Amino acid sequence: MDQLLFEVFNLVAIFTILSIPFLNTKARGILTLSVTGVLTVISSLLAVSVFINGPVEISYSGSWVTGEIPVRIDYLSAWFILTISFTFFTGGWYGFSYMQKYRDQTDNITMHLIAFLLLFTSLIDLCTIQNSLMLLIVWEIMALSSFIVIIFEHDKKETLKAGMNYLIQSHICILFLTMAFMWVKIKTGSFDFLAITKFTSTQPALAGIGLFVFFFFGFGIKAGFVPFHTWLPLAHPAAPAHISGIMSGVIIKIGIYGILRVLTLIETNMITIGYFILTFAVITGIYGVMLAIVQHNLKKLLAYHSIENIGIIGIGIGLGCLGLGYESQILAVAGFGGALLHTLNHSLFKSLLFFGAGNVYLIKHTLNIEALGGLIKRMPHTAYLFLIGSLAICGLPPFNGFVSEFFIYSGLFKGLSSDLFLFILAMLFSILALVIIGGLALICFTKAFGIVFLGEGRTETGDRKPETGEGRNVRPLYLIAAAIVLVGLFPFLLTWPLTKTIGLYLPQTAPESYAQIQELLGTLTRVGWYSLGFAALSALIYFLRTWLVANRQQNTDTTWGCGYTGDPAKMQYTASSFIRTYRKLAEPMLFIKKHKKDAISLYPDQVERETHPGDWIEVLLIDKPLLFSRRFLRRFGFLQNGNIQAYILYGFIFISLAVLLPLIIGKIEILIEFLNHL
Amino acid sequence: MVSFVLILLTSLFFTGIVVRTKSTTSGRKGPGIFQPLKDVFRLWKKGSVYSQTTSLIFRIAPSIYISSVLMAILMIPHGNHPGLISFDGDFVMFAYILALGKFLMIVSALDTGSSFEGMGAAREALYSMLAEPAFFVLMGSFALFTEETSFHGIFSALHYGSSVSYMLGALAAFVFIFIAMIENSRMPVDDPKTHLELTMVHEVMVLDNSGFDLGLITYTSHLKFALYGAIISNFFIGSMSYLFSIPVFFCAQICFAVAVGVIESFMARFRLGHNPQFIFILTSVSSLIFFGVLLVMGKFI
Repeated sequence: MDQLLFEVFNLVAIFTILSIPFLNTKARGILTLSVTGVLTVISSLLAVSVFINGPVEISYSGSWVTGEIPVRIDYLSAWFILTISFTFFTGGWYGFSYMQKYRDQTDNITMHLIAFLLLFTSLIDLCTIQNSLMLLIVWEIMALSSFIVIIFEHDKKETLKAGMNYLIQSHICILFLTMAFMWVKIKTGSFDFLAITKFTSTQPALAGIGLFVFFFFGFGIKAGFVPFHTWLPLAHPAAPAHISGIMSGVIIKIGIYGILRVLTLIETNMITIGYFILTFAVITGIYGVMLAIVQHNLKKLLAYHSIENIGIIGIGIGLGCLGLGYESQILAVAGFGGALLHTLNHSLFKSLLFFGAGNVYLIKHTLNIEALGGLIKRMPHTAYLFLIGSLAICGLPPFNGFVSEFFIYSGLFKGLSSDLFLFILAMLFSILALVIIGGLALICFTKAFGIVFLGEGRTETGDRKPETGEGRNVRPLYLIAAAIVLVGLFPFLLTWPLTKTIGLYLPQTAPESYAQIQELLGTLTRVGWYSLGFAALSALIYFLRTWLVANRQQNTDTTWGCGYTGDPAKMQYTASSFIRTYRKLAEPMLFIKKHKKDAISLYPDQVERETHPGDWIEVLLIDKPLLFSRRFLRRFGFLQNGNIQAYILYGFIFISLAVLLPLIIGKIEILIEFLNHL
Repeated sequence: MVSFVLILLTSLFFTGIVVRTKSTTSGRKGPGIFQPLKDVFRLWKKGSVYSQTTSLIFRIAPSIYISSVLMAILMIPHGNHPGLISFDGDFVMFAYILALGKFLMIVSALDTGSSFEGMGAAREALYSMLAEPAFFVLMGSFALFTEETSFHGIFSALHYGSSVSYMLGALAAFVFIFIAMIENSRMPVDDPKTHLELTMVHEVMVLDNSGFDLGLITYTSHLKFALYGAIISNFFIGSMSYLFSIPVFFCAQICFAVAVGVIESFMARFRLGHNPQFIFILTSVSSLIFFGVLLVMGKFI
């Protein structure tokens, strides 16, 4: 049954991809949307069936190169399959209405749709295949198809540049993975993932850690851990809105899946790995959100928030590893459980936010926060949905972000009762990191929501009537919002699959700690009920207030301007001024290019202020080395002088070298032999 | 339940005591201690004016703000009697619920499209972000000290131990008083009586609120004071019986209120640019408490 579902899934995808070129544009769109729906149903059925009937193992014979190809769908795969399917379904649905205005670009759309389906299929397959060579091939398909969907607007120079950046970094990621898999293959002679376990259990712990570091770098580039994050803030704004949502929601999560998968297989010193991941995660989380606040482009801001959320997930994974290392089940459960839950939650609210940003772009044709404002009156649905997403991403109750952050927090606070100084210190820093991330996220999203949707419009340029009404663009967003609220209020719906998935890391759970785990999950359920109670209380107070003031006098007037009666829209607080105090505080740690022209003399000219937030990790790690290598290679620029005679000369030198070199080497060998005989 | 009723009772006169203390120290007679409450009732009876720019967010935010504080109050225990809501890690939810209320107030300030309210909103967001680590590190130190992870567990376990726990309580009370001053936008950080919008924090955020909503916001700040007072009193109540604990509770609240009044009378407001530094001090004091606890527990290296 499960094998049938798996095969049907791939076959449906392949046949659809083959048939897309033979249809007209409208049929292509409808076909892709309906096939995405069908594929979602099939893959969800597969995942649910795994959760009910237990893991599935299917084996394909493969070729003599790959060897046997095992396909194992366990709880971890099923968890990620569910996450990916849901996001692809809402993404496909949203994309269908978002792409209406590009309908005339027929060829471009065809490529996009094919790549979209290819991406969906390859992501689901990546969660199941356990043969390293096949995994690398599917990974490559995934990387290429995501490259194609990102560069949809390839007539823009920035889009193409961001796409190339993404393509190159994806391949560095593949390079790391290839090296890791090669290492295992050479040592054990097998492409099967189980060889990783065999390899690490027979080698000293150091080899296992080394192998993990390779995997972590490889998957970390995909996931966007600092300092491998530089592709994310470029690629997200360049892609169309539904792709940004999917990319942030699930494509980067495949990196998290990879790390979690490797952790189920690898057998080494988990304590070192735990501290290793925790260090990266804390830096990632804080750095991501610190840069997010100073961004002026809404999508770029959201992209930096993806980095921050990867940090939170990483803190969960690190805590889980430390729990495994120190043999504390409760920490392992809180850590891995929090990481898995946050993976799901982030895919929900981040896709919601990106789709919301897409709606803003459709109406205003810009994503510059400073140019927006007052959109709650033009697009109320999008505004309230964006508010729900903002509250969820800040981890505020009663939404889903709080559930997973609470899970990680409770693990971290439980960890404080340990006796090891280093461990307590790690817990303290992780708690501090989570708190600071939460506080900074609050600043960031009050800015994003408040400036973009509230107040008065800041510029009226570029305003056009949207081709489609808001109604059609917000339906998938409502579905996601419903899921967010559902997870936030009733987290017990997820505890059953969650415990099964965490069980992968705790093969021999002791019964007494089982009660502890149940207690933790019970607390989570109660948190959900209290959140519901809170929502009810707020609603009660609001209705009480409305009922009380119903008969009172209510006037409307202009906002109080302290005596100023001119155009109030121009006097509004802007995004830059909102975060100015923060920027001043964080300036030593950030890289902000400023340009200002002050008011001088009695009759000053126009005053100018410009800030361009940069990323010094990108400068240090990518821009500077590139500059140096370019400067070095330029020294050889004289070789390419455009002179045909010179090129013929190069050819002549090359051929003569190729012919003469063996001869000369032969002579030298004879000479050495002769000298040896002396 | 006991603590909920007690906190509500305290909220009725807390600000009154603060105002009275301030007037006494400045040599005035001052209003009765229920005057702030009467002001709230007067506001609740009034009609209101809304800005044309505002949306539903502006109308709904005060209600959510007060219910977030009420929800937080429900989690506060009274000595070893747990609050109505009590579970492992409840102080995490406590902080996040309060943050939700704050989020909506900040957003509602931006909703007016005013040139001043964004200023207050930006400061409020930044200061509460900076104050939050102090609270968490402090709760972390207590979790480390008592090996409990809920308000109730921490406060009931705090007093079985030695005199060290009282010393910790005193230090923590100091930190909490200043967290309360920041959260309520009081003197060293913000001057509620200032007349210049450019230097306000909380007051400038609610410039456009009027009538019932303004009453809700004002009463919420009374509640918030009583809430922090209740936490501070819990450091000293321990497992006393009601006969002693309730007088101690009110005593602690009144001392706290008088302390606030005295601080406001004799301290000048900091320069706004220096506020972040001041708030950072709280985090470092709580880190000191944390390492102190580690030393006491013999876990320091």
